[in-house]
Parts: sequence; C-alpha cells; structure tokens
Amino acid sequence: MQVASMHFKARAHDKLNDVQLQRNLGKIKGKFVAKRREALVELDDVDATRDAARDIRQRSLDNLDVWLEMFERNAQARGATVLWAETPADINKLVLEIAFRHGVRTIIKSKSMVSEESALDHAIESAGLKVVETDLGEYILQINGYEPPSHIIGPALHKSKEEVSDLFARAHGTPRKEGIDELCLEARSVLREHYLSADMGISGGNFFVAESGSVVLVTNEGNATLTTTLPKVHVAISGIEKVVPTLEDIATLMRLLPRSATGQSISNYVDILTGTKGAGEFHGVEHMYFIVVDAGRTEVLASDVSEALRCIRCGACMNHCPVYQNVGGHSYGWVYPGPIGAILTPMYVGLENARDLPSASTLCNQCGVVCPVRIPLPDLQRKLREKSFETGLSTWQERAGLKAWSWFARHPALYGAAARVGVRVLRLLGGRRRSIRHLPFGGGWTDGRDMPAPQGHTFRELYARRQRP
Amino acid sequence: MRVGFFVTCLVDLMRPSVGFAAIELLEAAGAEVYVPPGQTCCGQPAYNSGDRADAAALARRVVDAFADCDYLVAPSGSCAGMIRTHFADLFADDPGYRDRAAALATRSYELTQFLVDVMKTTHVAARFDGTVTYHDSCAGLREMGVKAQPRTLLDSVAGLNLKEMSECETCCGFGGTFSIKFGEISTRLADNKCQHIVTSGADAVVLGDVGCMLSIEGRLRRRGDTATRVLHVAEVLAGKIP
Repeated sequence: MQVASMHFKARAHDKLNDVQLQRNLGKIKGKFVAKRREALVELDDVDATRDAARDIRQRSLDNLDVWLEMFERNAQARGATVLWAETPADINKLVLEIAFRHGVRTIIKSKSMVSEESALDHAIESAGLKVVETDLGEYILQINGYEPPSHIIGPALHKSKEEVSDLFARAHGTPRKEGIDELCLEARSVLREHYLSADMGISGGNFFVAESGSVVLVTNEGNATLTTTLPKVHVAISGIEKVVPTLEDIATLMRLLPRSATGQSISNYVDILTGTKGAGEFHGVEHMYFIVVDAGRTEVLASDVSEALRCIRCGACMNHCPVYQNVGGHSYGWVYPGPIGAILTPMYVGLENARDLPSASTLCNQCGVVCPVRIPLPDLQRKLREKSFETGLSTWQERAGLKAWSWFARHPALYGAAARVGVRVLRLLGGRRRSIRHLPFGGGWTDGRDMPAPQGHTFRELYARRQRP
Repeated sequence: MRVGFFVTCLVDLMRPSVGFAAIELLEAAGAEVYVPPGQTCCGQPAYNSGDRADAAALARRVVDAFADCDYLVAPSGSCAGMIRTHFADLFADDPGYRDRAAALATRSYELTQFLVDVMKTTHVAARFDGTVTYHDSCAGLREMGVKAQPRTLLDSVAGLNLKEMSECETCCGFGGTFSIKFGEISTRLADNKCQHIVTSGADAVVLGDVGCMLSIEGRLRRRGDTATRVLHVAEVLAGKIP
C-alpha cells in the first residue's frame, strides 16, 4: 500500500472535521470497548491468562528460527508447500507464480492485512487476473475503488450503514437496501457465484502452528472457510512472527483474541487448516501454499521494539486509543493504524516516512493496559521518539526548545530568575480574565484553548520568602 | 518521618497555591516536610520527546536532591509516575545511579496516594459546598494506581458531593509537548472531556495534575464556560477553595 503516514497531521485535521466520519467513529466505544470489558469477565483469571499469552508469544519470538523450520517441515510433510517472501514485492511475485502454475484466472480472497502491505490485489489485477475480496468489510472497500482499510479487524469501520447502502445500489445496480440483513444477503448472493467459480483462494493467517504445520484463521463471516476449501488451490499469507509452537498455545491465545477484539467468547468460525486432501479424503484443497513473509520483521526482531511482534492483531489498542477514536485509521496513512501501527509503520516503511506517528499519542497507556499480550506500547513509541531525536528527524524547534529547557532546569538559580520574570509576564497577559487567548509560539495550544494564566509568583520564591525569619 | 516534597515545574510556575496546600495536608497528616532546594524538573518532557541524555541529567539531580528523604511526594501523578516507573530505565547503563533511582522509585508517591496508603489518612478537615466530578489523570491511574485514594479523601470533605462523569479514565489530551505538537487533536480530546464534565452536572472538576488542569480549564473557557471550576485535589482537601 502507498505510504501516506507523513501526512498524519493534515489527514487528522480533515478527519476531525469530517462530520459523518466523526459520527461513524462513535460506534467504537459501544461496539468494541464495552463488549471487550464484558467478555473478559468470563475468564477466571484475566491477568494470568494475559501473562501466559505474553509468554507464549515471546517464546515464539525468542526461538523464531526453530519454530519456523519446524512449521516448514510439518507443513511439507502434510503436502503443503512453504515459500518465503523476503520483501512485499516477493509476496506478489510468489502469488502470481502459483496462479500461473495452476492456470488460475479468478481468485477469491479472505482478509489478509499482510497482503495490504504489498498491495497484492493491484498486482493480481495488473497481471490480468480477477480477484474478489470476500470479507464483507474488504469487499465494501474493494467495490469503492479499493479504499484503504481503516481498522485491522473492521476494515470498513469508518463507513455508516447508509453509506454502504448507497454503495451497494451503485455498484450492484440493485434497488437500495436499508436493513443490515438485506445488505448482507445481497453481498452473500453476489459473492456466492465467485466462491463457486474461483480457481484459487487466498487467506491471511492469524497463526501458523509449528507442531502441526497448520494455519489458524479466526473469522466471523464464514467467508474464509469457503475461500480456503472450495477452490482447488489455497494460499495462506502471513508474517514470520505469527508462528506459535503448539496447538495448546493456540487454545490459550484463543481465550483472549476474540474477547479482546470483538468481545466474543469465541469467533463464529475458527479454521485450523492442515495439509492437502489425502487419498480417499473428501475435504481439503488439492494444492496448499504458505507464503511466510519477512518484509522488515527480522529488523524489528533485532531492534529495541521487538516486543511489538508479539501482536495478535486484536485491535484492542486502537479501539481504546483516544487519538484513534477521534482521528480514525486513515489518518495513520498505512496498513496498521493506532498504537501498534505507530510502531510497526515506521519500522516497516521507514521512520523518515512516518515521523509523526510515534509522537502522535499522549502516552496515556490505555493501549498498554488492554493489550492481551502485554506489549508495552507507550514504551516502544518512546523508543522510536528516541530514534527520531538521535537521528535528527525531530524538528529543530523541538530540539532547541528541549535543550534550552533542560539547560535552565540544570541551573536552578538562573531557572528561578527566568521563571520569576516569565510568570509575571504571563500573568499580565492573562488580564482580568486570568486566561491567555493567544500565546506567541504556542499556537498549537491557543488555537483551540485558552492558556490559564499563572498566579504571578513561583512556588520557589514564595516558599523562600516564608522560610525567611 | 522526613517527606521530601517534589514541587513539580507546573506547580512552581503556574499554581504555587497547590504546593502550599499539599504541604499543609502532609503536615496535618503528621509528616515532616522538607522541600529540597535546587529541585527543578523530573525530566519527563525530555524523556517523552526522545531526549534521553537531558532526561537522565535532570533525573540525576532529582535522585541526588531526595537522597536523604524517607519519601518523595509530588502533587502530580505524572511526575511521580516518571520517577516511580521510568527513572531506573534512564540509568540502564549507569549501575550506581540505577540502584539509587530504583530505591527512590519505591519511596515515591502521588500526594493522595501517600496520604491514604502510607499515612493512613481517611479524613480531612475541609469544607466544599458543591457537586464535583473527579478526572483520573493517565499516569496517576495507570502508572501509580491512584484511583480510590482521592475519592476516599474527597468523600470526607464536608458539603462535597462526588458525582462520577462518564469516561473519567479517558485522557484529557494534555500529554505534555503533545498538547502543542498535535494541538488540534489535543484540543479535541480536551473538548470531549469538557463535554463529559458538563454532562455530569458537576459544579467543578477535581483532579490531581496541573497539566490536565490547564488543558481542561483552557478548553472550558474557550468554549465560553466560565462557570465550571477546575480544581486541584490538594486545594479542595486543604479547604483552600474560596
């Protein structure tokens, strides 16, 4: 996907002033935040489960090479082919090679965020093949001119039902439907034909299981089940970090993933797909491929933000982020929005292309306290801020301001003298209202807020006066 | 018991009266309060902006200044949180200071937390006639675990009626330098907070951090709301609100 993360501020400005979007974003709190809270109550011991999940994911990362090789061995033993994509471009190349090998002309696809990294759909269409997204959210975006997703589990979350009604009527040439059920039925009947005619199905992968060579798919619509079983070829695409050692580990992670994501005890469908159709077997595909993607992940693994790779893509961090809740996913300008995106995007596309993202949070840690695998998201954002500072990516104004502040703060006598003058000036600026409407160089603050005036003396001078006999 | 009072930059510059109210509360609870001279900033603005070197230089001064105190108490969850949860990280490569910083961290408290958890204070001799709502500031709540303490103490204020607003734990948008760098987003978050405060029907919002205070009060006034008061918990508990 084209990177637009350098335009974060401008995009956020547009989104904050988009009345329809603001109304649509309001759904997040009821839909995700409240439901997650209710669903977690069902667990006997949420904190211990989160600890266990963190440990499972960390163990996977600590010996990633071992688990990946075990996964490859076991997948191949069950008749699947494991392919390795070092770059996003490799994903597209491998998919097209597979398609041409099997004479594929039409492809159906269930949700894969990794394939968004490489803009796989565009590559498929450029090669003259047809691709249809079957996840309802992704389908909506596809028929709206490949609009980018705004959320990792609800790609079309930014759209209202009415906007979808208009879109369906326009794209399908059918009478406008109003109800959600009617809209779903319409999508279902359109998609059904594609399921039956497609030569190949592409899915993502929530997890790869090393001990069995399986891919695990967690979905609600059933589209992934059809996508991965009806066509003769199935290609599952996911990142190298998504491997976990055992099926037992999946059981633990699945206690948290749907609950953290949508507030469901379990998603409507959980597919564990292992190998091709054996002799005499009724179910299964003829050809199964795994494309295991690096695309910057080994660099993250070697960095000081490696804990971000524990992510199981539940979306809880963005659902709970006050910044995301107000600016929406498109502001972040790439595949992964919100707090986790503020770490992954700069790591995958370059900090220089996404300089604002790690700084675009108040470090309120609402994300950190809801993360099911305990990724210390604010700490990792801060690490990237340090990298910005060290490499000179932060603005000179910010650097000069910090340097001046910390120099004064290290020289208490001068600091005290300067502060005494400063608070008097600001007190005067505040006037009778005791509120400053415009601060030179402080427009970021005073464009939308007053600056309450200081009381006119510093604590230090008043305290010193009191101590004097 | 020698309690080192960490004034914090914002109290020093913007709201000295909060500092004096805090000292009164600490003394009333039986603490011997000492204000180490030469203290300035905990280094958080530099730390959160990625400037580790300056943050460590400032943190070192705090560790030195409070070395001989039994406790460090700040009228701010944010500054106390910086000292409690982040100082040790700043000295990862400096074992001498790391150990001292870690020791100081365990002795560092936010004001209401110290009064309730350490001094076992449950009542204050103050009066405030009106309905207030309490805003949980992020670092106080999620780094320090300040939640019940201010409410326990506010409950004991004569005439005070505490009424919770919705989303009392959601960030007000201050975020230090974030409030300037991303002013528009920061303002929107502050505006949402103001809306919850006003909807609660409270006469005043009470909170424990001057940063949040400035952001919320600044937005309320810009919205044209001159009635809703924004009060630091220290001044309410010390009975200093006219």
